[in-house]
Amino acid sequence: MSQAIDSIHGDQGQLSHEPHVAHHFESAEQQYDSAKLGMWVFLVTEILFFSGLFCVYAVYRSLHPEVFLYAHQWLDKGLGALNTVVLIISSFTMAWAVRNAQLGQKKALMINLTLTLVCAGTFMGIKAKEYSQKFEHGTTWGASFHPHDNAFGETHDGGELKKEDMPPNTQLFFSIYFALTGLHGLHVLIGMGLILWLLVRAAKGTFGPEYFTPVDIVGLYWHLVDLIWIFLFPLLYLIH
Amino acid sequence: MSGQEQMQGAGQGNHGFAHPVPMKILVGVAAALIALTILTVLLSDFHFGAFDIWIAMGIAAAKGTLVALFFMHLYWDKRFNGFVFIASLFFVAIFIGFVLLDTHTYEDGVKQYQQDHPPSSHSVPLSGEHK
Repeated sequence: MSQAIDSIHGDQGQLSHEPHVAHHFESAEQQYDSAKLGMWVFLVTEILFFSGLFCVYAVYRSLHPEVFLYAHQWLDKGLGALNTVVLIISSFTMAWAVRNAQLGQKKALMINLTLTLVCAGTFMGIKAKEYSQKFEHGTTWGASFHPHDNAFGETHDGGELKKEDMPPNTQLFFSIYFALTGLHGLHVLIGMGLILWLLVRAAKGTFGPEYFTPVDIVGLYWHLVDLIWIFLFPLLYLIH
Repeated sequence: MSGQEQMQGAGQGNHGFAHPVPMKILVGVAAALIALTILTVLLSDFHFGAFDIWIAMGIAAAKGTLVALFFMHLYWDKRFNGFVFIASLFFVAIFIGFVLLDTHTYEDGVKQYQQDHPPSSHSVPLSGEHK
């Protein structure tokens, strides 16, 4: 097959013979550039997808600021900040992994991918702790929002949350909180699956200076997940 | 838009088209991101009134810019990728901006309606259907 194409385009002498370059690309570089542009277009659809929820947030916060001021006190700022740092470290190890792939450092690539996976797991673990707290307190979304007595009292900041101060429609906050963090958490889980796939391929020695596209574009996806959390954290945890 | 613009920056070396980001930059960006996270948490204990949200969003935007430029390689990438990304943010701004404008245009009307029609034991009719 490739020989036939070679004979057609033989006079151009441009065709790559590398095994990972598909026959409709001129070179590994052109294939890489196409994949990267395609990934950016996908990331744009992700941004627009999340922006629907950010829009809901903006509308409800501007209409009911008192709900957000009150309800955010149920969130633990310390855990949120810790999760932000965990995700930043995972982004760092991911960016480092891309560098390792480009330089053909197989062992370092596998270490950094593993570290990224560990950070992602830590993030989900902390998230699970926060979620279970919400369920214990009955502070969940929509009609299921029935805060128990144990939900009130001292807050994480050392303030006091009183039941009689609770504004109407407080469930709005938790509907938005669970929708945003839930969709984000789903992206983290998908990212973990992708990084695991990279790890298996890295172990086989697939990646090197001529072929690192999968590591690069999964990296882009992972950084976008970090980017969205960078905005979610102050919007949900740092309201005042 | 031409996708043919030149690759910027140094470090072409002998890695073909790969552009490994120098470790110094990776470590520096990670440290700056963690420092900005600590800053935004500390600032949340102070109250600047209406500016609070803009300070928090400004710090988040600075962190996002660092991630996009360096972790996501946009600083060295073909300019078209960055253009696609910025264009999406522009459309998000239009989307959220216009929805907010619209929401607040009718807010007075909604408040007036709520005043004139105080909620009774029946649920407030949404579609204006009365019996």
